Amino acid sequence: MNKEYLKTIYYLLKKEIMAYFNSPIAYIFIGVFLVVGNFLFFKNFFLYGQANLRPYFDLLPWIFLFLSPAVTMRLWAEEKKSGTIEFLLTLPVSDWQVVVAKFLGALCFVVITLSLSFTLPISVAFIGDVDWGPVIGGYLGAIFLAGSYLSLGLFISSLTKNQIIAFLMALVACFAAFIIGADFVLYGAPQIFVPLMKFIGLGSHFSNISKGVIDTKDLIYYSSFIFLFLWLNARVIEARAWK
Amino acid sequence: MIEIKNLSKRFASTAVLEDLNLEVKKGEILGFLGPNGAGKTTTMKIITSFWAPSGGSVKVDGIDVTEDSQKSRAKIGYLPETVPLYEDMRVYEYLKFIAEVRGIEKDRIKKRIKEVAHDCGLSSVIRKPIDELSKGYRQRVGLAQAIMHEPEILILDEPTTGLDPNQISEIRELIKKIGKEKTVIFSTHIL
Repeated sequence: MNKEYLKTIYYLLKKEIMAYFNSPIAYIFIGVFLVVGNFLFFKNFFLYGQANLRPYFDLLPWIFLFLSPAVTMRLWAEEKKSGTIEFLLTLPVSDWQVVVAKFLGALCFVVITLSLSFTLPISVAFIGDVDWGPVIGGYLGAIFLAGSYLSLGLFISSLTKNQIIAFLMALVACFAAFIIGADFVLYGAPQIFVPLMKFIGLGSHFSNISKGVIDTKDLIYYSSFIFLFLWLNARVIEARAWK
Repeated sequence: MIEIKNLSKRFASTAVLEDLNLEVKKGEILGFLGPNGAGKTTTMKIITSFWAPSGGSVKVDGIDVTEDSQKSRAKIGYLPETVPLYEDMRVYEYLKFIAEVRGIEKDRIKKRIKEVAHDCGLSSVIRKPIDELSKGYRQRVGLAQAIMHEPEILILDEPTTGLDPNQISEIRELIKKIGKEKTVIFSTHIL
């Protein structure tokens, strides 16, 4: 891994991020995220009467569930539909570089969006004493969870040229990956599968981190989930040459 | 410069290319002429390693395009038939992106974009978003993108379709000019 290799990823990444902010997508996305998130949080905040951000971090996986497929749906589908994929993949870049750049671009964009929600803990800190451990854990967990959704969504986008199909399939896949480890699913599942389902589910790992418990097990789990789908993505892109 | 040996490409059961042999020397301009479905575009896609061949080999300047495609791609400038461009970028942003990914040194990028824009007649639209350009200008942006890194080989898939007669002769002059030092392959179905 030399300097030129990383530089190329950086240039591709710059182009990806530019694509978000050159179109209205970025602004609509950020607007929807902030309005929905803040509204749902403050709706009950004064009823609880606690300076507690847990309800917000419980909401985030559900908001991301709808918004991350919206970020990833166009990434490959649009390149395929408009034909720019042919131009992109005949540049002297490897498939892996393009996949990583697209993923990092989406992740950077989500991190920017997420950082704008930092007004929330600050506002709450004015009202009462905030426990910062779970807040930091919550943000870290949200970034890893979003990364997993994005890598799964990106992979699905590479399978189709239709953005709407990419959106809906990514939504279903992210939902399945999230829900499989949730408590109310586990109650109904056969006993022998419970530990496995709990381990596979994106949600159960998120609840650990957002409690403020940052366990390397959870971080390794998320990293392998992300890597797996990026790797599959690169294989799909490579396969175009052999069809 | 380009050496194609026994090249074949099959999609499911239909053979698009069968036993194609050809050699292009440095400084030659080669035209692919043929009806639709003759395999012109397929050959180009294989040379640029967008597709892999089903059989045979393609060598670009001695480099096998399936073995070391990064190196062979770096030597080629390619304009695909449909002229795919990133619509929401401005011409300047787009050319800058190409220059960066193609590995042109940072302090030369500005100068090189200026030169290319001048050669392709893009100077007047350089600040415009690509989706506001007419077909003729889009074609020029595509061409500018292909010659950005001064490639030794230029592959142009139907570079003159959809242009008016004036633009066609302009593009042809440009190809001739480039073809003096470079190897050019282009396809067309109108002469």
